[in-house]
Amino acid sequence: MSDSIAAAPPRHRPLVGEALAGLLLTVPAGIAYLLMLLLPTAATILLAFTDYELGLPGFAWIGLGNFEELLEDRGFAIAFRNTVIYVGLVAPLSILLGLGAALLIEAGIRGRALFRAVFFLPVVSLTVAMAAAWQYLLHPTIGPLNAFLRTLGMTAPPFWLSSSDWVLLSLSAIGVWENVGYNMVLFLAGLTAIPRELHHAAEVDGARGWLDRFRLVTWPLLGPTTLFVLTITMIRSIRVFDTVAVLTQGGPNKASEVLLHTMYKEGFTFLRLGYSAAITLVFLAMVLGLVWLQTKALDKRVHYG
Amino acid sequence: MLRCDNPPPGEGLLRVTGIVIEQATRRFGNVTALDAVSLSVAPGEFVALVGPSGCGKTTLMRVVAGIESADSGRIRIGGRDVTGLRAADRNVAMVFQSYALYPHLTARENIAVPLAMRRLSGWQRFPLLGRFMPGTALRRAAIAADVVQAAGSLGLGELLDRRPAQLSGGQRQRVALARAIVRHPAAFLMDEPLSNLDAALRVQTRREIVEIHRRVGAATLYVTHDQAEALTMADRVAVMQAGRILQVASPEAIYLDPQDLRVATFIGSPRINTLDAIADTAGRVEVSGVPTGLQARPGPLTLALRPEDLRLAPAGLPARVEGLEFLGDSVLMHARHTPSDAALVLRLSPEAPRPEAGEGIHLALDPARALLFDAAGRRVTLLDRIAHAPEWTHV
Repeated sequence: MSDSIAAAPPRHRPLVGEALAGLLLTVPAGIAYLLMLLLPTAATILLAFTDYELGLPGFAWIGLGNFEELLEDRGFAIAFRNTVIYVGLVAPLSILLGLGAALLIEAGIRGRALFRAVFFLPVVSLTVAMAAAWQYLLHPTIGPLNAFLRTLGMTAPPFWLSSSDWVLLSLSAIGVWENVGYNMVLFLAGLTAIPRELHHAAEVDGARGWLDRFRLVTWPLLGPTTLFVLTITMIRSIRVFDTVAVLTQGGPNKASEVLLHTMYKEGFTFLRLGYSAAITLVFLAMVLGLVWLQTKALDKRVHYG
Repeated sequence: MLRCDNPPPGEGLLRVTGIVIEQATRRFGNVTALDAVSLSVAPGEFVALVGPSGCGKTTLMRVVAGIESADSGRIRIGGRDVTGLRAADRNVAMVFQSYALYPHLTARENIAVPLAMRRLSGWQRFPLLGRFMPGTALRRAAIAADVVQAAGSLGLGELLDRRPAQLSGGQRQRVALARAIVRHPAAFLMDEPLSNLDAALRVQTRREIVEIHRRVGAATLYVTHDQAEALTMADRVAVMQAGRILQVASPEAIYLDPQDLRVATFIGSPRINTLDAIADTAGRVEVSGVPTGLQARPGPLTLALRPEDLRLAPAGLPARVEGLEFLGDSVLMHARHTPSDAALVLRLSPEAPRPEAGEGIHLALDPARALLFDAAGRRVTLLDRIAHAPEWTHV
């Protein structure tokens, strides 16, 4: 009897080998993650507590000094406020319009591929290049938009990108234009995942109107998609940078200053890397906070497990 | 108390006609899914629509429900012509193969949906605001009472506050059934409701559905690809193939007296045995030169015999045994008809002596139950069933 036990093959052997192979296979990805993500993040966190400036020989640990300065920095306060307004405009509008476009395309019989492509085009086009087109479109004197407004009888159409009243709204409109297509594609994917039988069941159950079926089936079943779209859109719009950098450089008079642009200016124009790192941390905290809030608060309400 | 579950006046009268399908035709491109199908289901009757996948049975059901429209033909439900009406206006309830429960609603809310859609106005159903509309509270209370009653009759009382994801397959199926019966529909449509259940539960639920049907009493059309379901549950079985209904009859008649070779081969497990036969100028039916003792009009024929209608005999159709399957209550013997190489199956009593595999045998048939079909697959009447032999023919 003891013989048979002793003769039993060591079964854990291949498992260890497999685990080792698995570990080895994750090494490249692990190294990339470490070098590209973890180390820079750690470096940024450390930098945020120093007064390091690019080109200066040394640096000093200044504790929370950068953050204290942030609290009193009027420029940062404006950038923060503008970013919140921008996200508050772009996220809901691009989500609603994206959902609307997806519903219309899904309901349509012809031209689905065409409309999908048309709406998705802004997503694949280069924002910097497109910004030039927007600059022309919104130009106060030669721009087609104002030319059109003048033919409607408006004597003094707004200076879209150079008036501090309008510039944030104009940038938000461009932001919406950039995001609608992306959200639409996500919603289209969500819509095709809804079982057709549910729509039929709603129909047989007496949901006559479009709105009834939307409320009974489409909207609840799009819940997980909507949560994802909300998260992605907020993160995408909180990151607004290239349109600001190309079109307004934060002007006029900081009216379109946003977080990332402030960070960029502090870091790469004024070379105050320590201060810039502190702004990056604020940005990171906002993004993480949003993700945490959305998953904690909403995840349970959209997954019906 | 104000209760809305009594049928409106006149409905009893209207119910008399059940479901009537007249010449329904539906094409998808080049494919004719429904080819001038006519079928009626009397009130209180349970008709099973059975056929292989893709035969058009689900399309027919969807046309009756109003989910799909027919290219031509008429549908009448409860005495009303509903051909042009939306599904919502047809007063039919449907149980879907996937149950199609709303995943974000509890069982209670799922069952209440058809009542809320019918008894509450759009404003009364409006989130939050609807609660303050006049009359909402009273109607909501009536709906809640009806839901509890329907759920109770299906043994769902404990599960009402769970969401579909928290229910087992069988429980989901009951919720789907409760949602269908809660509003007392004129017609009850079921699209393969048992196909997602495991085998043991399927047999149990089969009985329960028949029981529910008895209680509800609505005209029921039941789509299935499973002939056992069709034969055990239905008052009448409609066998469908390639967009046409081949035969509508009682389960016994469908099994014992099929009017079409396709019905004979589709119904029955194991499959009915078929042999090429010919009736000579004198009308004697022969299989590969062996006379069968049957008489029919001269011409080529197909002789069809259920496994239990063949038996071992000292003389008759020559065959070779291929194998035996012991089933407990019977033994299936697989054999090959020697001249034509056609596969044959016999059902033997477990006590009977069994030949060995590879052994040559002879088979006799029961002339009273032998079925003959012409070259087009239509049933041929026997001119004289027992011309030569009084009972089993030994040839």
